[in-house]
Amino acid sequence: MMPRAVNVDLQTDATLQVDISDALSERDKVKFTVHTKSTLPNFKQNEFSVVRQHEEFIWLHDSFVENEEYAGYIIPPAPPRPDFDASREKLQKLGEGEGSMTKEEFTKMKQELEAEYLAIFKKTVAMHEVFLCRVAAHPVLRKDLNFHVFLEYNQDLSVRGKNKREKMEDFFKNVVKSADGVLVAGVKDVDDFFEHEKTFLLEYHNRVKDASAKSDRMIRSHKSAADDINRIASTLYTLGTQDSTDVCKFFLKVSELFEKTRKIEARVAADEDLKLADLLKYYLRESQAAKDLLYRRGRALVDYENANKALDKARAKNKDVLQAETSQQVCCQKFEKISESAKQELIDFKTRRVAAFRKNLVELAELELKHAKGNLQLLQSCLGVLKGDT
Amino acid sequence: MAAEMEPPPLGNAGETDFRELEDGEDLFVSTVTTLEYPEPSSPEPASLPAEDISINSNGPKQKDVSFDDDPEDLFAEATEEVSLDSPEREPILSDGPSPAITPVTPTTMLTPRMDLGAADMFERSLDEIEEDNNGDTFDIHIAVSDPEKVGDGMNAYMGYKVTTKTSMTIFNKNETTVRRRFSDFLGLHSKLASKYLHIGYIVPPAPEKSIVGMTKVKVGKEDLSSAEFVEKRRSALERYLMRTVKHPVLLKDPDVIMFLESSELPRAVSTQALSGAGILRMVNKAADAVNKMTIKMNESDAWFEEKHQQFENLDLQLRKLHASVESLVCHRKELSVNTASFAKSAAMLGNSEDHTALSRALSQLAEVEEKIDRLHQDQAYADFYLFSELLGDYVRLITAVKSVFDQRMKTWSKWQDTQLLLQKKRESEAKLQFANKPDKLQQAKDEIKEVRSTLEGKVEQGEKDFELISKTIRKEVSRFEKERVKDFKAVIIKYLESLVQTQQQLIKYWEAFLPEAKAIA
Repeated sequence: MMPRAVNVDLQTDATLQVDISDALSERDKVKFTVHTKSTLPNFKQNEFSVVRQHEEFIWLHDSFVENEEYAGYIIPPAPPRPDFDASREKLQKLGEGEGSMTKEEFTKMKQELEAEYLAIFKKTVAMHEVFLCRVAAHPVLRKDLNFHVFLEYNQDLSVRGKNKREKMEDFFKNVVKSADGVLVAGVKDVDDFFEHEKTFLLEYHNRVKDASAKSDRMIRSHKSAADDINRIASTLYTLGTQDSTDVCKFFLKVSELFEKTRKIEARVAADEDLKLADLLKYYLRESQAAKDLLYRRGRALVDYENANKALDKARAKNKDVLQAETSQQVCCQKFEKISESAKQELIDFKTRRVAAFRKNLVELAELELKHAKGNLQLLQSCLGVLKGDT
Repeated sequence: MAAEMEPPPLGNAGETDFRELEDGEDLFVSTVTTLEYPEPSSPEPASLPAEDISINSNGPKQKDVSFDDDPEDLFAEATEEVSLDSPEREPILSDGPSPAITPVTPTTMLTPRMDLGAADMFERSLDEIEEDNNGDTFDIHIAVSDPEKVGDGMNAYMGYKVTTKTSMTIFNKNETTVRRRFSDFLGLHSKLASKYLHIGYIVPPAPEKSIVGMTKVKVGKEDLSSAEFVEKRRSALERYLMRTVKHPVLLKDPDVIMFLESSELPRAVSTQALSGAGILRMVNKAADAVNKMTIKMNESDAWFEEKHQQFENLDLQLRKLHASVESLVCHRKELSVNTASFAKSAAMLGNSEDHTALSRALSQLAEVEEKIDRLHQDQAYADFYLFSELLGDYVRLITAVKSVFDQRMKTWSKWQDTQLLLQKKRESEAKLQFANKPDKLQQAKDEIKEVRSTLEGKVEQGEKDFELISKTIRKEVSRFEKERVKDFKAVIIKYLESLVQTQQQLIKYWEAFLPEAKAIA
């Protein structure tokens, strides 16, 4: 089996290219414009666009998960719900506190919060896009009918969100699944490859979860420190304008310096968020999807083994043998089908993961270097001026 | 306002608030007689300063120092003082009363008073003491080190080693080491404040007490926070002593010299918060605050008005800045902790990664983050000791400056009160002239005349004190501003240099990591 060279970019195949060309934030909804370019005969046109909302992405994802045919594939993880609550709250608080700060402070803070809002917006667009691209790149999933409807049908899909009852059903399904998963995982696999993958994924998933949480905390502290530098810069500016002695020049220059360095610090935090935190979050979700695949295979294995036992029993009793035979065959086929595709999927997962980490770690290091050099240059030039003055 | 001098009205002698003036006089009555000083008259309610002075009584009095009345001196050294550490000091040192410093245009405030001729020869002003260092340049370095816990339980205390290295001749030796405890420092400050604050000198404030911090140390909690507390205090004590000796007058104060040199120091009990003296201190502070509100001074000197406002603004902004920097220190420490935590997590992730090259790269990432964590720690340390502590020191110093301005107000108020009293006595005297009681008249007239003339003397003194304190404050403020400019410039540069270092290290670390990341295949 040749490992498919799945490019991280997921945009190479000309037969089907999907992207999100536009997005609109409306109160508590985000409307994504899904744009498709395809040479495939299934579609009426070669290029077309539709507007979709988050719920419709979830619907598509869930339809994959529930489709038995796809049991042997890693289902691309669903994008997380767009969450502007925190950002909106901050903007509201700012509006309420407008009277208590100077005009400059208010404008500055407003700009920052708007930038933050924009960043969250861009992120959610990216995550929805990645989901679609993963599907489009998958040799089997890309042919899915629901996927084509999603891409082409230019009316509302009328996908209502799950009502309370359905949500409760989901909840119980998950509980059962987890319990079952533990049972299934306990069954030792004959196949070394899958046994190794099972152990590996379990540990890996937990560690990615931990790393993701810790990286988030680290980045938050970084942002707080940048905010402090912002306030320091403002106060230094006031001091500089008030002071009648020599040192006022110092205050003004340093205030200017800190304005610039704190923008860089904020960028550092933002880049770390994009290249590190988001990477970890994504592989947290993907490794869960891989675990789900292993679970499905494990389930099929257990079913197969049970069917074998049932067959033996039937043969011994000479009762319902045919039925048992068919049942066993079905289970066997199902298991073998899943195993075959699962192996390839897991190999691809590793390839994708390694490529993604490589790309992001390289970009992270390059950006950190760029920002540190920028900071250094600003600091040194300011020091030069100040030292020359004394 | 001193310029608005009326002929002294008649009045009776009375007891107004001579308290502080009296204390100051006690100290400065030297062997040389001065013609101006009224004798210390009535007993005062014992105030804290008086108490402290009595504790200090074994120390040598200030070397022939007294207030000088020489009008030439008044503004000669007003502002353009040469800085203490500059070598140009040498040629300026002279025995005469007017050093060769460019005079600042004096304000219209004072009309030159008639001087007293002969007295000049023997009296040297505090101004001259400042200039004349017996030929010394300012060369002194004080280090506070080796904090050691002495004793056990709640009576335990921290002892510090104080090492003074100097070539100045006012000290006995070139290098002296003594052991002092925190209350000794507070005691020193208390003495200096009582001697110098009310005549307008900005006495650097001592580091603050901390009941929480000290209790932890006493109880023997050997953790990071109590070690940090001790280090913070040690550093603050060192800065306090250096600031004190940088003041040309305070440097020569016998209490300061004794503090630095003598091996045993009488224990300063009156510094304890809950002692009788402590409570008295609090009461006095409250009384002062009330008085401040009731004194409405006619400020005729725009300089003081302006400076007062400037210091108010500076105070406000420095406090704000201090708060922001403290927040930065806190967040950087947090960042350091979180980075270390992430580093460990990344290492674990690298361990479980089964692709060899990626695993190695993740371990490298963990190492980089660990180094960066230490970098953040160092930077937080610099943030604190360079920037934050300086700001804290200056917030306290400005409180001292403001109190000196308040003292001036008090001096003015005292003078005005005395004048009022004199006025009343004159009126009574005038009334007596026209009274019709011949037998008692002469006796009464004589009495009143005596009281009135004493009062006249006091009014004159009050005016002089006011002029003197105003002059001193101008000088002090100028010196303070110079120091402030120097301090801030130096600290800002040092702080920026620490930031430069951090960035340089960051570049090194990420440059080392980049090829590792690229090597993932």
